[in-house]
Amino acid sequence: MPVISPKETQSTYDAVIVGSGAAGGQVAYTLAMNGVKVLVLEAGRMFDPVRETAMFHTPNMAPLRAAATPDKQYGFYDASIQSGWTIPGEPYTNAGKEELRQFAWWRQRMMGGRTNHWGRVSLRNGPYDFKTRTRQGVGFDWPISYDDLAPWYDKAEMLAGIFGANEGLENSPDSSPGVLLPPPKMRAGELLAKDRAQKKLGISFVPVHRAVLTAPQDADRIPKKIHPGNKKAQRILADNMRTRSPCFHATDCHRGCSIKAAFDSTTVLLNPALESGNLDILPNAMARQVTVDKSGKASGVTYVDKVDNTEHHVAARVVVLGAGSQESVRLLLNSKSNRFPDGLGNDHGLVGKYITDSVSSSFSAQIPALENMPVYNEDGVVGQQAYAPFWRCKDLQNGNLDFPGGYKLLTVAGRKMPSLNTAKQFDPVSESEGIPFGKQLKEDARRYYGSFQGIGAQGAMDANDDCYAELDPDTVDQWGIPVLRFHWKFSDNDLKQVAHQQESIAAILDAMGARFTRAPKIDNPEEAIKQGGAIIHEVGGAIMGETPDASVTNQWGQVWKVPNLAVADGAIFPNTADKNPTLTILALAMRTADHLVDELKKGNL
Amino acid sequence: MNRSDDQPLPRIPRRVALKWIAGASASLTISGSPNFSPAATKTIPAVGYGRDPDILKQYQPGELWPLTFTDAQRQLVITLCDIIIPADDTSPSASQVGVHDFVDEWISSPYQEQNKDRNLILRGLAWLDEEAPRHDPNAETFVALNPKTRLAICSELAVAAKNDRKEYPGSFFYLLRNLVAGGYFTTPEGMKVVGYAGNTPNPIWNGPPKEVLDKLGLSPQE
Repeated sequence: MPVISPKETQSTYDAVIVGSGAAGGQVAYTLAMNGVKVLVLEAGRMFDPVRETAMFHTPNMAPLRAAATPDKQYGFYDASIQSGWTIPGEPYTNAGKEELRQFAWWRQRMMGGRTNHWGRVSLRNGPYDFKTRTRQGVGFDWPISYDDLAPWYDKAEMLAGIFGANEGLENSPDSSPGVLLPPPKMRAGELLAKDRAQKKLGISFVPVHRAVLTAPQDADRIPKKIHPGNKKAQRILADNMRTRSPCFHATDCHRGCSIKAAFDSTTVLLNPALESGNLDILPNAMARQVTVDKSGKASGVTYVDKVDNTEHHVAARVVVLGAGSQESVRLLLNSKSNRFPDGLGNDHGLVGKYITDSVSSSFSAQIPALENMPVYNEDGVVGQQAYAPFWRCKDLQNGNLDFPGGYKLLTVAGRKMPSLNTAKQFDPVSESEGIPFGKQLKEDARRYYGSFQGIGAQGAMDANDDCYAELDPDTVDQWGIPVLRFHWKFSDNDLKQVAHQQESIAAILDAMGARFTRAPKIDNPEEAIKQGGAIIHEVGGAIMGETPDASVTNQWGQVWKVPNLAVADGAIFPNTADKNPTLTILALAMRTADHLVDELKKGNL
Repeated sequence: MNRSDDQPLPRIPRRVALKWIAGASASLTISGSPNFSPAATKTIPAVGYGRDPDILKQYQPGELWPLTFTDAQRQLVITLCDIIIPADDTSPSASQVGVHDFVDEWISSPYQEQNKDRNLILRGLAWLDEEAPRHDPNAETFVALNPKTRLAICSELAVAAKNDRKEYPGSFFYLLRNLVAGGYFTTPEGMKVVGYAGNTPNPIWNGPPKEVLDKLGLSPQE
């Protein structure tokens, strides 16, 4: 089974999956490897990271020095195509007028979804992150504990290939032995942050975890662990692992990875799933609605073929949504029928509610100790290598902080490839009378390049009543499909957390001997907090829970009244932890897929 | 978006004593962090390279949309390029690596984010030629001035830009300097000047060299 057009679809599938990113790709992989006949609908075109990635191109080879434009909204060489905060013909709206009352929505319309545009930071949620209601009295408890998900974290990490170290930290769990690949050596700025923050502040910077191969995957051992007793799956996975090269310490993962060192859904999940012969992929298919039969079961998906604007329906025993959390929310709300007049899963009006994102801010300074360094290659694994997991869990629990959720700090340092903005950095530190130019500018460049240290904070956000999406009654997209209207408001807790982030980052930079060129926004966190959606970590909107009256799905993402419809992406997260969501999406999607395989075998779906 | 541009002198945070640089108020962007403002892209392009361009192709200024500069403007920008980034013993000047054509490509862009710079650049170029006779009655253009005078005018503009990067004509020089320096440092030759030595495949990454660790007083990594 291959990449197909609407004419070539089977009359019915065991499962149809909407979306091809982390969630859709993972469910497709697990189902197909277990013999389930699957169709994936992807709204964008096919994309081959091996052939379509400009690995070593320098900005002078691109239009406008590769600067961001409305056509390429993260710059020319970013892997994103036909994607962005705005997409022509596919609007969304915001009820709020002020910037902080607006939600910004990054959508990826291409095979592999948002795994193509990803820093690859892959952190497990900790045990506390599943029980914020019980522990902190905020948000919702998840219907599962960390221990319930831990085995799937191990498997997802082994499959994707994640580097990192087991540090034995509170609420930042270790992986099982033999799961993680070795972390890269730290850069000078990272080592300096680690040393000074530890000595002066007691804050530990440790290797971050990222989905980048730093060594070959063990193709003899891992496939047996992921697919016990399934020889065919073991062989396909082993073959695919052997096509992946370890990182060669050059070029930004956001460009895509033609040597397959970095994880993306196409490389790691969809290609082996296709190899199984159990997967069809239908690109350029924009899902409109999940259909239900007379008994109220999901019967398939209606979609628009974007190539010729025709509408089609595909039938399946099971429907899985992995369209990206808010796109899955939109599908549920648009799936109206006589039996479900408010959309699927929306009997209690909960679909679209409780969207959360990372609570985020950043701050930076110049570090004199890093001036005038000898020239050397500091690309490393390009991107984040070090982070400080939240170090005050005890204070959080004891109520010694005035906010309930932690945050992590990620360093952004190093002698990275210059950009159009490189020269501007030197202005505030240059000793020249005017802005530096001429001979002085070249001298400044040699002295100051690589001496700037940024630290970004990403923190937990608990569900609140002010962050939700609904269908906009007045707006449809170019295919006539109603669009989402967002409501957004960070809570006071979120702003207090950002003030604390700013203060912590300033303290760490100060411990590094920083020269500050502006102030941290400790007293005005509303000026530092990143807009909702800007970090592209949004989750929620179809949260899972213990009971049908307080949640949209059960612990496997199955919509309570429609158990053959499962939501597999971040929409089911009851909150955002101080960890990036993608690894948890992968682990949950694998767990959901394993459950669906069991239920299909038992004839329950 | 940069909210810190116009704020008054910042106060010292509660628990740390910060070493301020007098008068400095410009902010630094952490390039590479998810710091991109979604609002900045909310414009509809005229005719650009489209939403699915050929990524692997190498592009030349003028290839995707027509350029703007007249011969005289082009000559003026070449002169300015080499004042802003002159050649030295080890590296070429900005014009030697074609940065003037990048400036032209930028101000000719169909995208609003770049095109908004068009008027300021063209206005500033005209102003420089108008200034010329005031410094030397025989000079009809900036290019016709002697190198010392040209440098003096730029130095004055640089000071004005440092004092207030938003007030014309300092704003013009600030923008031009950013485009020329940014355009230069993003070429392989300019990357050498800043000391960027990456973008080359290495099977092994051993961390910074011992010399760097010694300078920082750090011990080698395990």
